[in-house]
This record gives sequence, structure tokens and C-alpha cells, in this order.
Amino acid sequence: MSLADQARGDLKLTGLHKRYPNGFVAVESLDLVIPQGSFFALLGPSGCGKTTTLRMVAGLEEATKGTIHIGDEDITYAKPYKRPVNTVFQNYALFPHLTIAENVAFGPKRRGAKDPASQVKEILALTELTEQAGKKPAQLSGGQQQRVALARAIINRPDVLLLDEPLGALDLKLRRAMQVELKRIQEEVGLTFVHVTHDQEEAMTMADTVAVMNKGRIEQMGAPYDLYTNPQTTFVANFLGRSNLIKGTVVGREGTGDDAVVKVDMHGTIATIKASKVHTDSDHGWVGIRPEKVLIQPAGEALDAPGAALSGAVVVDASYIGVSTDYTLRMPWGQEITCFEQNTGRRGGLIPVGTKVDVSWRPEFAFLLDSAQDVEAGLEED
Amino acid sequence: MTRLGSWIGKHLMLTLGILVLLYMYIPNFIVALMSFNDSSESRNLYQFQSFTWDNWLNPCEPQGMCESLRVSISIGLLSTLVATIIGTLAAFALVRHRFEGRSTMNLVLFLPMATPEIVMGSSLLALFVAAGFGGQLGFWTVLIAHIMFCISFVVVTVRSRLAGLDSNLEKAASDLYANEWQTFWRITFPLVFPGILAAALLSFSLSFDDFIITNLNSGTTVTFPMFVWGAAQRGVPMQVNVIGTLMFLLALGIVIGGELLSRRRAHGKASAL
Repeated sequence: MSLADQARGDLKLTGLHKRYPNGFVAVESLDLVIPQGSFFALLGPSGCGKTTTLRMVAGLEEATKGTIHIGDEDITYAKPYKRPVNTVFQNYALFPHLTIAENVAFGPKRRGAKDPASQVKEILALTELTEQAGKKPAQLSGGQQQRVALARAIINRPDVLLLDEPLGALDLKLRRAMQVELKRIQEEVGLTFVHVTHDQEEAMTMADTVAVMNKGRIEQMGAPYDLYTNPQTTFVANFLGRSNLIKGTVVGREGTGDDAVVKVDMHGTIATIKASKVHTDSDHGWVGIRPEKVLIQPAGEALDAPGAALSGAVVVDASYIGVSTDYTLRMPWGQEITCFEQNTGRRGGLIPVGTKVDVSWRPEFAFLLDSAQDVEAGLEED
Repeated sequence: MTRLGSWIGKHLMLTLGILVLLYMYIPNFIVALMSFNDSSESRNLYQFQSFTWDNWLNPCEPQGMCESLRVSISIGLLSTLVATIIGTLAAFALVRHRFEGRSTMNLVLFLPMATPEIVMGSSLLALFVAAGFGGQLGFWTVLIAHIMFCISFVVVTVRSRLAGLDSNLEKAASDLYANEWQTFWRITFPLVFPGILAAALLSFSLSFDDFIITNLNSGTTVTFPMFVWGAAQRGVPMQVNVIGTLMFLLALGIVIGGELLSRRRAHGKASAL
């Protein structure tokens, strides 16, 4: 059952700004277009303005400046109950005195739907809640309550469905299961989902497009793969996954077009970085590399990578996680970097702490960020 | 010895519990028992003589008793109604809105509960006299006094219920197309209702029960507690026990009814839609 046919169009936020009476600016002139039918995630630490943005779209907070459109309709100042938007609240906010079926029927009844009972039946089947129809919310498990909250919202076939940390209250295992479930339901009903979360894995697993928010602004937006492999700021590099950021100086630019590269001197070793992954114009920058892209080998043995090799690193910590081993290495200039090595069995054991190792990576995986940015941005919140 | 010790250990809680319950309810049993006492033959009114249905068959026999009961019930119902409405509105204002003087308001509402009744009663009397109502003390002055002290209790009861209510529920309702009116009647009111009901029951029993403030402001009007007080000087008529038993049964009925209702609700017997 595709509900998208009747939807009115993209959700468009233009110069959206929210300043609270106490002077705190939660959202700084946000411009965003969320295409109809997409699964969009707003990712960021607590206090970054993602929930405020969501509440402005829902009508639970009033924008200080800017506009909110769905298709051509301006809903910036519409009352919450007049918007074609529904919300799945963080703690579900199920009505405790109503049964599950009554909770789900609440929206259709307010809108004077012709046959709420059959709609309820259909949606309860979709969310696998048919058996719970006559129960009260308190009698349900966390995962079931979560599905009720979802059913209660999607039954109204809103143009935009807002999800405010919908899986935050569930335990890890259930959260993973519900991620798959949510994605399935979204594909089945074809509605626009705007998902707010501080969990980067959740955002990447489910969303087509992720916008990383920090301090009321969008730091970077794109498909999960692009965000992860080519972060543009230190905040994104650290908040979305982990990154090793090594200070470097630009010593040359070579090639043109797709082959263009930038050469960077990192403490005496020259690294090559693709121009499309360079996000600074200055001569100084942070060379970024994801821990799982870092290859290590005891000093003197051959390294399986065409990139520049850094030598003189020492293993200071090795924690065995099962699928992988998490090494902390001290570089000759004193910085510690991280390296995840897949336990393929090739090595036949761990590299002991204290071993001297060489480090390398394939040049196409590295990125260069502006040295003016805080190297620890996005770290403490994760 | 140890067996006895363990037996006591096992049953001590139960025994203590039963003793406490007995302590609390013996007066009610005595009242119920005395309502069947035939006192016509004896001078000692506080001793059970012989069984009779007479008191139950002619409850209004003592002169003025049923009239005083009617006055007490009218004042109780009216003051409950007015105090519950005003108190509930005040509780909503205090919980839901931030306004100038909110904390002062909290204190001012609490004061009547903390003030000794004799002080409040006499100051009210002074107020009524000063305002020129000295000659009209009676039903209306008592009603005003009762509404006044009931409001505090209503505010406190409803406020605690309202404070425990997740404000996201109302947001969820408005998100689900309910306007302000529908949100109030379908979500807020049903959820706060148990608190309002408890407040109303409390108001009624406070009003029905009050003697000190009432006595000071009643003029020639006689309420049921005042009648009992007056009658006690000469000897309480056995019919007072009939009224006492009825009131006890009524309260018991309300409590049991409420319990049954909430149990049925908790079991979610409601049909699918």
C-alpha cells in the first residue's frame, strides 16, 4: 500500500531560526530540502538543535525566523493539529487510559475518517500488533509500545513523519531489530521519514541522507557512504565514526581533474590526498584517516599498501574484540593513533604491546581538513 | 521455644496489621452496634441495653437532627462543587503556567491548611462582622468559610496529579489533529479526573465534618456536627449512630466502587474500539 501518491511534496526549510526567550539560539538559519518519500536523518549530539528543528516542523515550537513548506503550502505558523505531519515521540507519549486500538484510532477519529476501524486493523497488522489491540499501553513491552507509537502516526498518512529518537529507550538488540523494521515500514508505506538521533550507526543504517548537525547548524549532509569516507569538518570526522587526525603541511598540488592530488608533509612523511577530499585552502591541515583503513606490520616486514609508510610507531595497547583487534599506537612525534585490524587469521595472533610497527594506508582513503578547526570537535559527545 | 519464635516471626506482621485495623475500625463497629440500641428504658445512653430496629425505622425522630443533616449535606455539596471548580482551575494555572507571583500563590494556598481552625474561624467571624454581615451569619457565611478552606485541599490534590502527567501526551494529542478543546476533554481531563474526584470527596468530608469554623460563623444555623455536639450535653440520641453508620457505609461503598472500577480498567476489558 503506497501512501505516497497523495503526498504534496518535499519538506523545505528556509532560513529557519530558533532563539529561545533566554537568548539561547538552538537553530541558526537552517536551509534544508528533504525530498518526498526519502528517509532522512538529522544526526548530532544533544543540544545541537535537531530536536528543536523537528518540533518546529511539528508545530510544537514556533520558529523565530524563516519558513517551513511542504510542497507549496506554508505551514510555518500553522497549529500543530492542522499540519499534515505526525510525530513519533521519544518516550512514545501513548495515551495511558486508552487501549492500543483507541490510541491508533485517535488521529483518524479527530479527522472524521469514514471507517477508522478497518484502517486501524490494517495498520495494526502492518506493525504486528493485532493481538495487542485491546490492551493498555502499560501492558506492552518497550518494543511493542514503540510500534504502537509508529502505528498511531503512520495511520494518518502524513506528508512527513517525524521520529524523535524513536529507538532511544530500547536495549541494543531490540534497537537493531527495530532499525530494520522501521526501514521496512518506511519502504512499504513510502512516506517521508525525518529521523532525529544522536546514534550515528542508527542514522547510517536507515537513512538515505544524513545531515550532521552541530551547534544549530548543518555541518555536512549527504549519503552515509559519502559522509563517512569524505568528511568535510573535524566534527563530522570525529562524530561519525572515529578518525585519526594528524597535523600536516601542504607541500604541493599535482595533476588535474579526477587525478588532482595534494601532497602533505606529516612530520617528515609525504602523504598524497585526492583533491576531492581536501577541504581546506590553507597550507596547514589535519590529515584524516579512519582507524580501519590503517594497516600495520611489525617494523621491517613488507606492508600491503602503495601509500606512504610511517615508521617508528610503537604498540601501546592492543584490545582483542573478537572480529577485530583495536590497536593504539604511539607515533614518533608523541601522538597516539588508532588502528582496527580485522582478525582474518592471517597474522595468527596479536601484535604484542611494545612492538615497533610500520603504518600505512591507501592514499584514496585519506582526507584533509582545515587546521583552524578543533581537532577534538565531536569527540566528547559521542 | 524456637518454634514459637519462628511462628511469631511469621505471623507478627499479620497480627500487628490486624491489631492496627481493629484499632482503626472499632469505633465504627461500636457506632453501628449502638444504632440498634434500645435506649428508652435506660438512663445510661452509652451502654447497650437491648436490640431494636426503632432507630433505623424512625431516624428523624430527634427534633432538629434531620434538619441539621440536610443543612450539612447542602453546604457540603455546594462547597465541594465550588471549591473543586476553583481549586482545579487554580491547580492547572499553577502547574501549566509561569506567571508573576506563582510561588507566592503556592504559599498563600498552603496557609489555610496550616492555620489552626480556631484562628481561622475567629478571624473569619471578625471579617464578617466588620463587613457588616454580623446580623446575617448563617448558611451563606458557613458556605463561604467552607469553600475557602476546601480550595486549598483541592489545589494540593489536583496539582500533584497534574504534575505527574506527562505534558508530551497533550502535545501528542495536538499532533494527532485534536484541537485544544478535544485535547482537554479526551486526554487531560480523563487523566486528571481521579485527582479531581479524590479532591471532591476530600472536600465533602472536610465540609461535612467541620465544627470549629462552622460554630463560630453559623449564627442560628445548626449543622449536623453542631447538633451532635449540642445533643451530647444531654445524651446523644441513638439515631445519630444510624446517620454515622450510613455515612460510613456510603464512604465504604465509594471506595470499593472506585477500586473495582480501576481494577476493571487496568485489566483492559474494553473492546477493541
